[in-house]
Amino acid sequence: MSDIRFTKDHEWVLVDGDTATIGISDYAQEQLGDVVFVELPDIGKTLEQGDEAAVVESVKAASEVYAPVSGEVIEVNEELEAAPGRVNEDAMGEGWFVKLKLTDEDELDDLMDEAAYAKYIKELD
Amino acid sequence: MNSMNAKGRPTGTGAETGFTPHETFTGNRGLVQEEPLIFELDSPGASGVDLDEPEEFAPRLGAAARQGRIGLPGLSEPEVMRHYVRLSQKNYAIDSGLYPLGSCTMKHNPRLNEKMARLPGFGDVHPLQPQQTVQGALELIDTLAHWLKELTGMPAVAMSPKAGAHGELCGMMAIDAALRARGEEGTRKRVLVPESAHGTNPATAAQIGFTVDSIPATDDGHVDVAAFKAKLGPDVAAIMLTNPNTCGLFERDIIEIADAVHEAGGYFYCDGANFNAIAGRVRPGDLGVDAMHINLHKTFSTPHGGGGPGAGPVVLSEALAPFAPLPWIVHDKGAYRAIEHESEGTGQPFGRMTAFHGQMGMFVRALSYMLSHGADGIRQASEDAVLSANYILASLKDVMSAPYEGPCMHEALFDDSFLKGTGVETLDFAKAMIDEGYHPMTMYFPLVVHGAMLIEPTESESKDSLDLFIATLRDLAESAKRGETERFSGAPYLAPRRRLDETQAARKPILRWQHGRNEPASKAAE
Amino acid sequence: MRYLPLTKDDRAQMLAAIGAKSVDELFKDVPEAARLGGLIDLPRRQGEMEVERQLAAMAGKNIAASQVPFFVGAGAYKHHIPATVDHLIQRSEFLTSYTPYQPEITQGTLQYLFEFQTQVALLTGMEVANASMYDGSTACGEAVLMAHRVTKRKKAVLSGNLHPHYQDVVANLSDFGSYKLVTEPPCPKGTEGLAGEIDEETSCVVVQNPDVFGHVRDLSALAEAAHAKGALMIVVVPEIVSLGLITPPGEMGADIVVGEGQSLGNGLNFGGPYVGLFAAKQKFVRQMPGRLCGETVDAEGKRGFVLTLSTREQHIRREKATSNICTNSGLCCLAFTIHLSLLGEEGYTRLARINHANAVKLADALGAVPGVKVMNETFFNEFTIETPKPGAEVIDALVEKGVLGGVPLSRLMPGNDAMKNLIAVASTEVNSDQDRAAYARALKEVLA
Repeated sequence: MSDIRFTKDHEWVLVDGDTATIGISDYAQEQLGDVVFVELPDIGKTLEQGDEAAVVESVKAASEVYAPVSGEVIEVNEELEAAPGRVNEDAMGEGWFVKLKLTDEDELDDLMDEAAYAKYIKELD
Repeated sequence: MNSMNAKGRPTGTGAETGFTPHETFTGNRGLVQEEPLIFELDSPGASGVDLDEPEEFAPRLGAAARQGRIGLPGLSEPEVMRHYVRLSQKNYAIDSGLYPLGSCTMKHNPRLNEKMARLPGFGDVHPLQPQQTVQGALELIDTLAHWLKELTGMPAVAMSPKAGAHGELCGMMAIDAALRARGEEGTRKRVLVPESAHGTNPATAAQIGFTVDSIPATDDGHVDVAAFKAKLGPDVAAIMLTNPNTCGLFERDIIEIADAVHEAGGYFYCDGANFNAIAGRVRPGDLGVDAMHINLHKTFSTPHGGGGPGAGPVVLSEALAPFAPLPWIVHDKGAYRAIEHESEGTGQPFGRMTAFHGQMGMFVRALSYMLSHGADGIRQASEDAVLSANYILASLKDVMSAPYEGPCMHEALFDDSFLKGTGVETLDFAKAMIDEGYHPMTMYFPLVVHGAMLIEPTESESKDSLDLFIATLRDLAESAKRGETERFSGAPYLAPRRRLDETQAARKPILRWQHGRNEPASKAAE
Repeated sequence: MRYLPLTKDDRAQMLAAIGAKSVDELFKDVPEAARLGGLIDLPRRQGEMEVERQLAAMAGKNIAASQVPFFVGAGAYKHHIPATVDHLIQRSEFLTSYTPYQPEITQGTLQYLFEFQTQVALLTGMEVANASMYDGSTACGEAVLMAHRVTKRKKAVLSGNLHPHYQDVVANLSDFGSYKLVTEPPCPKGTEGLAGEIDEETSCVVVQNPDVFGHVRDLSALAEAAHAKGALMIVVVPEIVSLGLITPPGEMGADIVVGEGQSLGNGLNFGGPYVGLFAAKQKFVRQMPGRLCGETVDAEGKRGFVLTLSTREQHIRREKATSNICTNSGLCCLAFTIHLSLLGEEGYTRLARINHANAVKLADALGAVPGVKVMNETFFNEFTIETPKPGAEVIDALVEKGVLGGVPLSRLMPGNDAMKNLIAVASTEVNSDQDRAAYARALKEVLA
């Protein structure tokens, strides 16, 4: 299964096999405004669900990106360092942050599916 | 005799010929001059200072003598003068207009104070001169300390902190030192800070290893006392509270809050940024405060200077006074003495905040301000500041939206609900003020209010000035509601610069001039 | 009161508009117990003349540096400041402006900050500099905290020849922040070797050049030793004029350079306000404290300047900020920048040569006084002498002879017997041959 899941803090996670790709939602990038900097974790770092995985900054705000699921960092999107605007252009695709080696697939059950998330952000506005 | 020369009369507006001046050859617009960076004005070899080359001598620099050029530009004195005068003309200033920045207390800066600070006996004395040669300087610091203690009703003051945030650091260190002396080092590491606090409060607490626990605000803009009390415990070191608070309100439960934190074994740090509302009317010492910094560059009018320097002396309660940092001044045997080391005095100083004695230049200015005002003038100034803010609040709350019922203290807070549906945001509204000749108010702070606009007029404005400001904001608010969005969305149109691209500045930071890289008026290289 | 524009009538009209009977009503949230009925027990308002008279009386009790042969240094230096500097910094538009949060109407401040940053980077030989700290000592403290963040280590090694006040500031921050600190004992001969103290836990080594005794050193080997262990080298420059003659710390391998900028544009002011200089390698920029000004363009494509990388700062990042600093030394930066612009490359380097030449002449003159030994082989405009009597007594006796002869090192390091007879002596461009002769003569008499 490769369904996308969302957290209440607006991270998304897409699982393919035991690889979980993590980013921030389109809604989140819009709220942030122009992303100017992304701080990514070291490869090999182990993250528990809810740990700070990355930091994303706009001109006037900085937000932590929390790991939606637990796992070991196996890849980071280095392109964001030179081109942080990619987060704004394609938050759900090219603008991904981190890939984790998933340790507990059950954690996905805590998260929202696309429809639930759409409803959630509608209520926020 | 000739009658009036026709050429002395005003010419037409240009409208009749269809000519509207747009771009000039120089890029200048009348008195607004485009000015390159000083590095781009280099005449190699020129200097604005005449110095004679020393006679031949044998240097004693060892292996560390500099090789090669530094890269500084050369200019004559008139060129330097013109450059900086032109730069000055691109700045807004309190001397040129109302500067309603909430939390910043942009009041009149009397020039007497500048003159006093430049007396050679103050401006031209060295901090490490023998103390018998600086008795007057020590007397000045001691006199200012006396005024600060009297005005705050506190028994002690640490004079050396260099600015408000440095004062916060000093106060929190004194608190930590007092906890250590009680044997509670490491057990009390939590500091309670309201959501509405200045960013310096949590930053200060974190800098010396405290964890920050946020206290929510009530719907009427005060500290939620119940929530605060629920957070108290044996691990709480202190509460850091701004009073009057950043919503422009006096914390009416402040004595109850102070008592509760003391009962729980913690201390009460008060952020004194808003002291200008209450100086001469309320003494923080009567509120149960243990430590409070005083921004001399706010309440006591030392000029902001484009971001500094400031000064942040910290008044301390009996409980914290023994831990005050070095140095301090004592008066005995008919002379003043600066205590510069623990071994020379009594007390248990926690250390030293800075080299030397603190911001002497600011001390002179602040004392000059205080002596001019006197106890009566200081009280009147606070009353006028509060009156002016309330006048603004009362005069605008029908067209703008005030989240809290008045009366306010010396700041009037509005939110952006009056702009809902107009397509105009707080930022746009503020930028449109620039075209009207005003510096905007503080925006998006405090964080507890959506699209906040915090207006602090200070006591320095005449009623005519306040009335024009009020009329201007009314006009802008009504204009926004009428849907005249262009007036806002592209503003400012008439300032030396239009809105600047902060995204580009942050994505590809250019933090210095480099030869051939930043050419005048060119778009920065990608 | 001359500073308060509101009249009685104005106040009455405003109260009516508010719907309040009196100002007291506006203070109704103040608890009853804390309301002051009357005036605080302090003097009443006074006119300009009276204020001026009182303050001038206090000022008159001090000996100003320009009144006497003056040789006091140790972290603050008497220089001649061109009249243009003080005129320009008193222009209302600079003096009475706030932090440039609205760049469209504060380009004047922003552009001089950008010029200041560039000048500091050029002098120190570093890639980037910030828009100032409070002073050299607090900049030094912040540099150590920054090194801890960069290296994710917690131990600093301090040279014993770092100005003792600077040491105290670092110690204070380390103590409350629970960081480790190793401080070497002072070494008046200037032969201190620090490399051996640097280990794999060390985040930084902090060394002053010229040091508190005046010694000037090439720090390249120390930088290599620090880097070999993964530590940073922080160089402290207490006298910014020295970089007109000394190799910039950046060329010696420094990772962070801090300094005291008072010597350019800023008076002695009995210790403040001064201007803290802070420069670093570009790769550490996001860990820097304080404001940074950057270049950009406006909506019409015109070059302009803004405060940038603000997410490091307290007003955005709050408890995760790199520092709590907000107000810095804005106007002192301007004084620095104008003075340095007036000097230019030629003037600045010549000023440094004059300072050095004057100090060399003074060292020779004092060294010829019987019983006096000059401790330094190398120095810039300040050196240390050893006298047969305690330094503090010598300095006091010199005051009686109308000479301010320097800083007894026992004042900075009391309780250290090795400092007892040492005096730090500075000579800048303000000293004439007559001043030096007067000093040598007085010293001879004092020691006779």
